Amino acid sequence: MRLKLLIYGVLLVCCVPFVFPIWWMATTSLKPVAEIFAFPPSLLPGSPTLDAYRQVFELQPFGRQYLNSLYIALVVTVGTLAVSALAGYAFARVKFRGAGVVFVVVLSGLLVPNEVTIIPLYRMFDAFGLVDTHWPLILIPMLGAPSVLATFIMRQFFITLPMELEEAGRVDGLGRFGLFWRVCLPLARPAIGAVSIFTFLHSWNLYLEPIVFLSSKQKFTVPQALTQYVDAYGGPMWNTQLAAATLSALPVLIIFVLAQRQFVEGLAQTGLKG
Amino acid sequence: MTLLLDKPAPPQAPAERAPYWTMRRRDTLAGWLMVLPQLAGIVAFVIVPLGLVVWYSVHEWNVLGGTFEFVGGDNYTALADDQRLGPVLRATGLFSAGLVVLNLSLALFLAVLLNQRLRGTVVFRTLFFSPVVVTLVAWTIVWGFLLQDNGGLNGFLNVLGIDGPNWLRSGGTAMASVIVVQLFKNVGLNMVLFLAALQGVPAELYEAARIDGASAWARFRRVTVPLISPTILLTMILTIVGSLQVFAQIAVLTQGGPETSTTVLVYYLYQQAFQFHHFGYGSALSLLLFSIVLVLTAVQWRMRRRWVFHEA
Repeated sequence: MRLKLLIYGVLLVCCVPFVFPIWWMATTSLKPVAEIFAFPPSLLPGSPTLDAYRQVFELQPFGRQYLNSLYIALVVTVGTLAVSALAGYAFARVKFRGAGVVFVVVLSGLLVPNEVTIIPLYRMFDAFGLVDTHWPLILIPMLGAPSVLATFIMRQFFITLPMELEEAGRVDGLGRFGLFWRVCLPLARPAIGAVSIFTFLHSWNLYLEPIVFLSSKQKFTVPQALTQYVDAYGGPMWNTQLAAATLSALPVLIIFVLAQRQFVEGLAQTGLKG
Repeated sequence: MTLLLDKPAPPQAPAERAPYWTMRRRDTLAGWLMVLPQLAGIVAFVIVPLGLVVWYSVHEWNVLGGTFEFVGGDNYTALADDQRLGPVLRATGLFSAGLVVLNLSLALFLAVLLNQRLRGTVVFRTLFFSPVVVTLVAWTIVWGFLLQDNGGLNGFLNVLGIDGPNWLRSGGTAMASVIVVQLFKNVGLNMVLFLAALQGVPAELYEAARIDGASAWARFRRVTVPLISPTILLTMILTIVGSLQVFAQIAVLTQGGPETSTTVLVYYLYQQAFQFHHFGYGSALSLLLFSIVLVLTAVQWRMRRRWVFHEA
């Protein structure tokens, strides 16, 4: 009993650095400027105001930027799912000449983070006139190094499916794509869930790539836009930054809390298990 | 049938020859078609750029002047002579080592606590995991705000009568702050992976160890750790490679300062290439980063043989 209480106590203390920043972000965004550095600090806004939220949309086309981030992340997620499910299935279940070599080439993507190749990637997209467009933010994660982990997870999943499943499908007259689409893919929901979650978050969080590739505010993504709320001296406008930060974090947080079981267990169950 | 009989029989009856599209051939075609998008993507966005990095690193590229000249090993000599490279590598090593040690220990500690099958652990698991889904830059901004000289943390410390330092602007605390911000952001991910691994350890093993008189610590050390060692290795590789990619946190919190105390390699590379337009030198730095990733990965694969436990 005392041990139980001790564990609860330790867990509660451990929660502070995880939960308090989120609380502080949301509450500070509701405080008037005069209150944000008040001493002693207050856990709740004394006179809550939505001024900061109004400024978020007045100073930048934040709605537009939000949509940019959202549609890029969705396109990257769907695209990565298609690319990685096909490749993962082929590596796991199709015996074809050259599969071993291709697999090694693809896995090399795990060893080359985009930070290593950011200079040539910039020059390449520049040569095609695609700098300051969303193409690099879509194509690189969907087809390049970040998609390799997705392919690997898919492969690890498809490898566990029993042979008999596909044999039954063959008897019913299905070809390769039929087996993939009708038999195996519908069973891959846990892997699809895990890949979707971390692909979406990866794209949603990207920072280096947007600041390298994008230069006009209309095209900015959310992480890039968050840091642009500065006053005339270049100092951060804290309550506005935190209001925008809250807007960027809250929807994903709410979805996570509602579906936390699928989130956590999906991530833990797939190929990442080692 | 009768028509056929009228003609002279061919040396091999066509009906006996196997059709060209055997299952093997069809599978080869299907397999290649299925991996094609991924393969093309890797060639276009990994292999070709990697070759170009090597090519750029032996050239001097002047963007404003529009010149691109072969300079041989000059960028590599510059690398060896760069006074700042030592501190940069030191900061990179400090960040990665600090983050990996703290992250894995805290993740394992939390996972063991959550594995005690108490009521309400799902709530705690959700709370510990929630920063993982918060936008990285949003998380970084709020910590930056908390760690200001007159920010929330020092405010609360002041209430307790402690005069806190200017966390992000003092040489001693800036690196520690950046590590801590990143630690709490992502430790939930490793925690969940550890929790799944812990739940896979058979209860009979603990029972047997207990009967043999093993203490709680001995059970953890001799039963738990060996059995979850594959997960420890996996999380270690992912965390180390991830720690070498840290950029947004540095750019938002410290801009590499004070002086160069938090200038990690990726941030330095970004500065050289995209702020000072030294693309040639930046490419040499990229290759340095790439070799570090390669060496670390190779070392860890070797370690795997040494101490990862496999059920034979």
